[in-house]
Amino acid sequence: MDFIRATTWVDALAAKAAQPGAVPIQGGTDVMVEINFDVRRPPALLDLTPVAELAEWSERDGVLRIGAGVTYARLIAELGDRLPGLAQASRTVGSSQIRNRGTVGGNLGAASPAGDAHPPLLAGDAVIEAESAARGVRMIPAAEFYLGVKRNALAPDELIRAVHVRPAAGPQYFAKVGTRNAMVIAVCSVAVALHPGERRVGTGVGSAAPTPLRAAEAEEYLAAELDWDSGLPAPVAARFGELVSAAASPIDDVRGTAAYRRHALAVLARRTLTWAWNDYRKAAERCA
Amino acid sequence: MSGMDTRVAGGVGASALRPDGTLKVTGEFAYSSDLWLDDMVWGVTLRSPHPSARIRSIDVTPALAMPGVLCALTHEDVPGLKFHGLDHPDTPVLAIDRVRYQGEPVALVAADHPERARRAAAAIVVDYEVTEAVTDPWRAAFDPSCPKVQEGGNVLRHQPVRVGSVFEAPVVVTGEYEVGMQDQAPLGPESGLAVPAEDGGVDLFVATQWLHVDRDQIAPCLGLPPEKVRMTLAGVGGAFGAREDLSMQIHACMLALRTGRPVKIVYGREESFFGHVHRHPARMRYEHGATEDGRLVYVKAEILLDGGAYRSSSPAVVGNAASLGAGPYEVPNVAIDAYGVYTNNPPCGAMRGFGAVQACFAYESQMDKLAEACGISPVEVRVRNAVSQGSRLITGQVIDSPAPLAEMLRELEAFPLPEEPAAGGRDLRALPGGVAQTTHGEGVRRGVGYGVGIKNICFSEGFDDFSTARVRVELAGGEPHVLVHTAAAEVGQGLVTVQAQIARTELGIDRVTVAPADTRVGSAGSSSASRQSYVTGGAVKAACEAVRARLDKLAEENPGLTLPELLERSGPVEETREYRHRPTYPMDPVTGQGDSHTQLALCVHRAVVDVDVELGLVKVVELAAVQDVGRVLNPLALEGQIHGGTAQGLGLALMEEIQVVDGRVRNPSFTDYLIPTILDMPPMRVSILENADPAAPYGLRGAGEPPTLSSTPAIAAAVRAATGRPLPRVPIRPQDIALPA
Repeated sequence: MDFIRATTWVDALAAKAAQPGAVPIQGGTDVMVEINFDVRRPPALLDLTPVAELAEWSERDGVLRIGAGVTYARLIAELGDRLPGLAQASRTVGSSQIRNRGTVGGNLGAASPAGDAHPPLLAGDAVIEAESAARGVRMIPAAEFYLGVKRNALAPDELIRAVHVRPAAGPQYFAKVGTRNAMVIAVCSVAVALHPGERRVGTGVGSAAPTPLRAAEAEEYLAAELDWDSGLPAPVAARFGELVSAAASPIDDVRGTAAYRRHALAVLARRTLTWAWNDYRKAAERCA
Repeated sequence: MSGMDTRVAGGVGASALRPDGTLKVTGEFAYSSDLWLDDMVWGVTLRSPHPSARIRSIDVTPALAMPGVLCALTHEDVPGLKFHGLDHPDTPVLAIDRVRYQGEPVALVAADHPERARRAAAAIVVDYEVTEAVTDPWRAAFDPSCPKVQEGGNVLRHQPVRVGSVFEAPVVVTGEYEVGMQDQAPLGPESGLAVPAEDGGVDLFVATQWLHVDRDQIAPCLGLPPEKVRMTLAGVGGAFGAREDLSMQIHACMLALRTGRPVKIVYGREESFFGHVHRHPARMRYEHGATEDGRLVYVKAEILLDGGAYRSSSPAVVGNAASLGAGPYEVPNVAIDAYGVYTNNPPCGAMRGFGAVQACFAYESQMDKLAEACGISPVEVRVRNAVSQGSRLITGQVIDSPAPLAEMLRELEAFPLPEEPAAGGRDLRALPGGVAQTTHGEGVRRGVGYGVGIKNICFSEGFDDFSTARVRVELAGGEPHVLVHTAAAEVGQGLVTVQAQIARTELGIDRVTVAPADTRVGSAGSSSASRQSYVTGGAVKAACEAVRARLDKLAEENPGLTLPELLERSGPVEETREYRHRPTYPMDPVTGQGDSHTQLALCVHRAVVDVDVELGLVKVVELAAVQDVGRVLNPLALEGQIHGGTAQGLGLALMEEIQVVDGRVRNPSFTDYLIPTILDMPPMRVSILENADPAAPYGLRGAGEPPTLSSTPAIAAAVRAATGRPLPRVPIRPQDIALPA
């Protein structure tokens, strides 16, 4: 196996173009596990850790641009106030050692349906900045990024450079079921993000279908039903939960049954929406 | 200097620190997987992908053609006996004409690099004819049309217990219970280094639990006399029973003898799940009859333990399940049948608690049902039936040392309960689901449960159970110095510390070194059955006493001389002693009667849990325990054992299970085989009693296993109390709580 170290972004793109089979590696928390378990034997690893710009984030024109190499630990510490949903999801990733190494870019690259960052990225309308040496930058909305189990929309010569997402305009929540109280892969997960300006609620569902997904029907239901100037009726929250659950197509596997996942998604969706709505109403009442 | 000198610092009763503690915490301790010689090569095992298949042929030539490969071996290359086994040599060193479980070793490769060895092993062509796998233990045991996994039939032991004839009672409760397949999950994978010697023998450095029983299985398979297989214990990364059976020992020696090079084998994490036995999964049917005030009239039970493809220590596990199958209660009438069966599931054998764990979950679940049926509290029903010194076990054996179960339960009950959580604003880490934020308090209900367990200490049923210790006192730098040498395996339990403490106390000398465990001294028996403090501790004590007698005699003959002066004159004083506990006797094959155990230990647990009843997630809030250990040798190490055993029981209650479908393991990794983290294991409240057992050294009672028994049913009972669900199976899965049955 070749090991290629790119020191600049241009070099990295050139290396990926020259050897499209090379697997990019940042923290190695996913790639190395797959290699150790002999799940895959890539012809080459493309080490992106020397590319300093990937570990940076910035805010311009009301949009955050988060480099693909920003770790979960830094997302929590530095962006937790602006992206609470993503920070909550980051807190559930592995152990603190893993959070010090693992990156959102890596989560997107692996595109596992169980990746914790995906639901908040979907709920927050994130856009992935991909780039190739041949064609330059391509902006891919999160909702169009996940194509299948561990398959994403990247072309073989493309790399993920950054994630673009607006700071939370309203309350955001992420909740994940695991059979242990820490360090656990999601049995299923839900993210909600309130977008009060658009009177819209964004959703993201993890580990309950071949890909992470938005619960479009549930979002449409809330857009039609919610009265943004009053409390959240319990039946609306419950119906929202049912619709989020219905958006999923879970399977029975070693981590849980399809029936349990459907049930748990409904509970998580109802609860997270209720928390977000309560926060929103409280803030609205304070301003009133 | 006669008599026990308890004033020596670091003696018996002190919290002496582990000599390897700092190294382990700082990551510098050398485990068996760290062994290294510059000229060594790497061994790799090819394993069966099928739970059951005939082997038509094995072609190793593709492996031999690969770069860096030194040799590839099959059963034809086993130099001596082709089978090994703890209880009976039934396990092929390498599969011969058939494989009986997924992961069974089929061939070996040695190469100059581990990855080359792995690729070469994958290139070996094995022509399998897949055959029907027997995976239902019930069918294996009771359906005559079921294929036989082993030639002698699928029931490897049936042990009945029969007492009395009254099987009618005013109150009857029944239940069917299931225990999933737990893994010992030692963090250190199976590993070792075999070094060929000039005399045609081999030196083997390995992490194991019993050097001599390993050697006695290895040597015949290598066609060598035992003295040509010299073993030294390498750093052990946990054991819990997983290292009782052989794993890579014979394989590494075969490769070393064939290549003339040192051979290292280290299993990966996934391979480790296939490289050792597991705890027997169990299906159990129980019926308890009692008077209206909750006094037991009878217990009927059928206990079925799935032993998997080979024998391992299954017969002894069945014996424990039978003899301890009604728990530490006085029961006048008993009809218990415990069965161990062969299937094509992964082989099962020793794990902390050894047959007593499975039965304990069932009989304690029954006691809670009985309490409810009689309208009395869980503690009260247990107290009313509790054994005490002088009680008869269901085997007819009289408990002849303190067994204050009722008092232990009363003390446990009197512990204050943890405070109910305040409403709102709770730290997520204190809630079910933790920071994964599945609840802010919605759906969370509290439950409290009790569990009681009884475990035999030391080997039972007539086994000649002994240990050997060599103790030497000599001058080192002008000061008296003690060298303690045994073959006892330090597996993390703290025996290395206890041996030195005993020597300090018995000899009044504070400078003590415990020599590395190896086969240059006699057998110490296994680091199993909570027995090493008792048996090897007894041997060290006996050898120290013999040394002390000689020193006393020297002092008498040379009045006025100090110890250094005496040693200067006499030279080193060394004695070797064997120590045996009181003999035990077989169980009657028809009635189960007999004094089959030498010592019995009790632990009781109270669990307080918060359950998210909508999602089925559990946060254990507190675990409290009372355990009688006879005599505390090292308070710090003892508390560690109680915490650790309790955590392993928590794992069985809530998450630890090897999931097997059609004979195949679905979760051979720490990603999906979950063991408790610090956010799952709560703080403990522990009370330790010291009611001495007069038959044991210092009055001690083995302590490592009992907490593993009682924490599981206590947690299950607490979850039932919180949810109102029957929950007849552990581990309890979220869907068992959250979804309608």
